[in-house]
Amino acid sequence: MSSATVGDQLGSTRSAGVRSLFSNPSVLANFGPLFALILAGVYFTSQTDRFLSGTNLSLVVQQSMVVGVLAIGQTLIILTAGIDLSCGAVMALGGIVMTREATEGGVNPYLAILLGLGACTAFGFLNGALITKIRLPPFIVTLGTLNIAFALTHIYSRERTVTGVPDEQLYFGNTFRVNTTTITYGMIMMFALFLVVWFILGQTTIGRHIYAVGNNPEAARLTGINTQRLLVIVYTFAGLLYGVAAMLFVARTGVGDPNAGQTDNLSTITAVVLGGTSLFGGRGTILGTLVGVLIVGVIRNGLQLIGVGAVYQILVTGVLVIVAVAVDQISRRKQA
Amino acid sequence: MIDAATGQRPTPILEARGLVKRYGHVTALDGADFQLLPGEILGVIGDNGAGKSTLIKALSGALSPDEGEIYLDGQLVRFRGPLDARRLGIETVYQDLAVAPALDIAENIFLGREVRRSGPLGSLCRMLDKGRMRREASVHMRDLKIGIKSMRQPVETLSGGQRQGVAVARGAAFARHVVIMDEPTAALGVKESGMVLDLIRQVRDRGLPVILISHNMPQVFDVCDRVHIQRLGRRVGVVEPRHVTMEDAVAIMTGAVSGDTMDVARATPESG
Repeated sequence: MSSATVGDQLGSTRSAGVRSLFSNPSVLANFGPLFALILAGVYFTSQTDRFLSGTNLSLVVQQSMVVGVLAIGQTLIILTAGIDLSCGAVMALGGIVMTREATEGGVNPYLAILLGLGACTAFGFLNGALITKIRLPPFIVTLGTLNIAFALTHIYSRERTVTGVPDEQLYFGNTFRVNTTTITYGMIMMFALFLVVWFILGQTTIGRHIYAVGNNPEAARLTGINTQRLLVIVYTFAGLLYGVAAMLFVARTGVGDPNAGQTDNLSTITAVVLGGTSLFGGRGTILGTLVGVLIVGVIRNGLQLIGVGAVYQILVTGVLVIVAVAVDQISRRKQA
Repeated sequence: MIDAATGQRPTPILEARGLVKRYGHVTALDGADFQLLPGEILGVIGDNGAGKSTLIKALSGALSPDEGEIYLDGQLVRFRGPLDARRLGIETVYQDLAVAPALDIAENIFLGREVRRSGPLGSLCRMLDKGRMRREASVHMRDLKIGIKSMRQPVETLSGGQRQGVAVARGAAFARHVVIMDEPTAALGVKESGMVLDLIRQVRDRGLPVILISHNMPQVFDVCDRVHIQRLGRRVGVVEPRHVTMEDAVAIMTGAVSGDTMDVARATPESG
């Protein structure tokens, strides 16, 4: 068989690609979520004057930033074809550790933050170690650590919210103004983390290996990638990110709350899926997750502004998740 | 293959002597010998359970034999894992299209061997040199006359044959001594198999010897210079398709005829 035949086959796949630009899964996955975000923005702008203002958009981001940072870790894990149900509970534990140590424990506030980050990172490591060394499914492992972290948080805090948090731990709640828009350092932190992870995923060796492991773990292993070590790194790094989210939560609310983040595992999975990342791993983008987080934030905020009850926000989010996954699946099936 | 000028047998590129591998009570390899000569395509055939895949795993470093020695270019080697074998220039192309479908061609060819940028961007930021990888991938694909223009195409948009072409190009690009192909056409149709067999010939013509493991006897007889026949954990004969019919090979494979007694042209029993 000649090389010409191979080239001919290519020609046909190419023109098919152009013809079905909008049924192309990568185009849809990349721009579908952004389109939905813009659509939601346009709709709420047409419904109320209060939506499109610097102050309001800043509020949307502030309300989204804790879930946003958690969702970065969740995205990395889902890209490896895993899932993390423990993220919100681990964050709550981190928040309690840092605030309680700094108040009742009398520990230096910065050292207390490190302790909280350490607790979260340790949980991430535990997840990764159980998944790789004992070869348990991520769903089961993180369901277990979800409950363990939740219980530890409540035992350790004695069911009490920690108040009187020192100012040093509220740094990321501090603000500055650009014109009339309030910007918190926490918002900057969230965007910075998205940028860092965007660089890691798109431009570095480990980023490429994360996609490969999620896409075809056997192929990744056969090419010499240490997939076990990679998974431990990903889960541990996600744990560290949950610690950062805890820091932002404490700074935003001013307290250590043992009941924080209880539904954040589902919120982050929602954001990741809305952002076009496949739950089967290996496909998706971190900027998609940022868009997904903002979609949820905008819908919640917009519905509030036009006076629709909070329950409807959950209803709309539920419908959107199903639509997002359906569009993804149908376009993939069409292509195959 | 005897050198016409000197009458000497060339040093085998890859040689195994007396390999034994037991799994509990099962003996997968029972003193198997193996010889791959320079510049040849060597087929490996054998019935199920003959120890074909165990032999290949031993040669590619995927398992270590209980007994026996492996020589690469006349040097005794010991593989502790596939990475060891790969470092020594033995590349393996696996049967089930071992590529990551969502990654593009260049990403697949360089998977696990990514090239980083020079300077601090590469060493400190671990930044990939995507341009260089795409250019080199394109050269490798062109070397094998696989006519794909864009290295940025996700592999899942390619046909099965083209995908296997990417896997073969990856093997050929990094192999310095040997390319092992484990059932490279098992998942492919007739036409695409033909394309892959063509690629295998091209790899050999560029000077790399190839080990081809296949169930497909017509393909083996079509493309191989010599055929190693494995039976009950041992090599029972090596035949040259030019001199032997497929029926003869099958007869040796199934034990109907002994490989030693049959006058198969230069069946190479190990001299020990």
